[in-house]
Amino acid sequence: MKKIMMKGTEAIGEAAIMAGCRNFFGYPITPQNELTEYMARRLPEVGGCFLQAESEVAAVNMIYGAASVGKRAMTSTSSPGFSLMQEGISYIACAQLPAVFVNIVRGGPGLGDIQPSQGDYFQATKGGGHGDYRLIVLAPSTVQEAVTLTELAFELADKYRNPALVLADGLLGQMMEPVEIEEKQVSYDNSSWALTGAKDRPPRKVTSFNIDPYELEKMNLKLQEKYRKMEQEEPRWEEFQTEDADVLLVAYGTVGRICKSVVRMAREAGLKVGLFRPITLYPYPYKPLEELAKHVSLILTVEMSSGQMLEDVKLAALRLTRIEFYGRMAGVVPTPGEIFDHLMHLIGRR
Amino acid sequence: MEYKVAYRMPESLSKKQFSYCPGCHHGIVHRLIAEVIDELGIREKTIIVAPVGCSVFAYEFFELDGTVAAHGRALAVATGMKRARPDLVVFTYQGDGDLAAIGTAETIHAANRGERVTTIFINNAIYGMTGGQMAPTTLLGMKTTTSPHGRSPEREGYPIHVCEVLKELRGVAYLARTKVNTPKDVINTKKHIKKAFLAQLKDIGFGLVEVLSTCPTNWGMDPLKAGRWIDEYMVKEYPLGVFVDKVGEEK
Repeated sequence: MKKIMMKGTEAIGEAAIMAGCRNFFGYPITPQNELTEYMARRLPEVGGCFLQAESEVAAVNMIYGAASVGKRAMTSTSSPGFSLMQEGISYIACAQLPAVFVNIVRGGPGLGDIQPSQGDYFQATKGGGHGDYRLIVLAPSTVQEAVTLTELAFELADKYRNPALVLADGLLGQMMEPVEIEEKQVSYDNSSWALTGAKDRPPRKVTSFNIDPYELEKMNLKLQEKYRKMEQEEPRWEEFQTEDADVLLVAYGTVGRICKSVVRMAREAGLKVGLFRPITLYPYPYKPLEELAKHVSLILTVEMSSGQMLEDVKLAALRLTRIEFYGRMAGVVPTPGEIFDHLMHLIGRR
Repeated sequence: MEYKVAYRMPESLSKKQFSYCPGCHHGIVHRLIAEVIDELGIREKTIIVAPVGCSVFAYEFFELDGTVAAHGRALAVATGMKRARPDLVVFTYQGDGDLAAIGTAETIHAANRGERVTTIFINNAIYGMTGGQMAPTTLLGMKTTTSPHGRSPEREGYPIHVCEVLKELRGVAYLARTKVNTPKDVINTKKHIKKAFLAQLKDIGFGLVEVLSTCPTNWGMDPLKAGRWIDEYMVKEYPLGVFVDKVGEEK
């Protein structure tokens, strides 16, 4: 397969098309506009539908509509726009519709800025919208992985009839790297639930609604059953030089990539440092992290936030080892050097 | 002896009992929509998008595939359905709070894009489901639970005229305001609803019929008085008529 140079955002768009997505509804917001523009250009070429919505609120509900008639659909946005979509995502989760979202996270809160950030971790992994639901969250750290995880997002969304999110940031979105994009048409059987017209069968309803609390609780239990299955079967992560590690860095996405450089710097300095990089942020890979935690004397969690994933690291490793945190916020990207210096300071080498 | 069917329940209505109050017009309008769908022979490819409000259960009352949208978003949901499956017939059923307050943006933009969907808009000048709060279409001077001293233009602004706003948008193919408080109006309304569906079926543009309707419970009136109130007050604020007709004569 031929490698081509592509921007992260455009590679995500092409991967979505290769995964069989033919419906995109979006609203302009920086730093993800290249993805929306790519879809506007590409989808008509493959007989698909691109529509610029009047708002993110409308876009997410257009996704609900397209998904409910049995078509693969996606949207892409950045932090403030993702906030606006939360109500719709809650509806999509409860109505058990497959749909794929991309959040190219920027600095916040509020209007914030347009630089790379990981400040939406809580929103993505702990809810965001109302009610007891979960969003499948995938965090790529390279453009190639953004391709793989976009295709996986469609696969998991279909498999679980649940919304899935590719959580990236402007750094990954704007970066150009050589990628291979393979067509990945997964068979998609929605014949038992999609709204296709009540022909030769009783009418079907797709709703996130039941006025009877006992019936609604049953719907909730069904969702919870799915989430337990995801937690069993879907956690994904990468370990880098963890075999003999005494110090473990934990980071995801762009920071996961930066921390690989930190590991190399530390190894050159003769330190046994490894990296644990969660790929699925929900379901979070608690178990493998817990195992690693038993064998290291220090975990340093690094994020472009005030320490949001840190809470999950603590859920996995609290009392098993010493847990420290280093973070930058508001769109400031930490350099390998500053993370390395902080690590040196923590282990008493500075 | 041979019997001829003179009147029957429309196939497009489910057997489920309506949950509406006595004297409410939702039931009449539901039936008219079902009759139109039957007559057009489109039941097997029609999808209903119900709103949030008293008609939140509307998707249960039709023998159609259907969903219920988030409050105000019915036309965004319908847009997604129709764009993804242009071969389906999609209609939304929305109240005044849903369509003209929280969903104003979705309404205006779906109409402006000329989405090939149909909207039946029930204007009863009040929020029924939540217990009688002020709607964007509440009349001046009208008392509601959130305008207890009567709606005043200085405080709450003026009743919004949806048809008069939408008629300027070029994507609109059929637009009419009607009522169902007399048998003649019921027959007339059915013709408008049919044309709003034909605007979609003939691929001309967006179709909407606004039906001035009663809410006896929250208006604090008996059904008969509520019916008369439509003529005495509602019609004066909201003149009936056809605002846009690009469908032409029915064949």
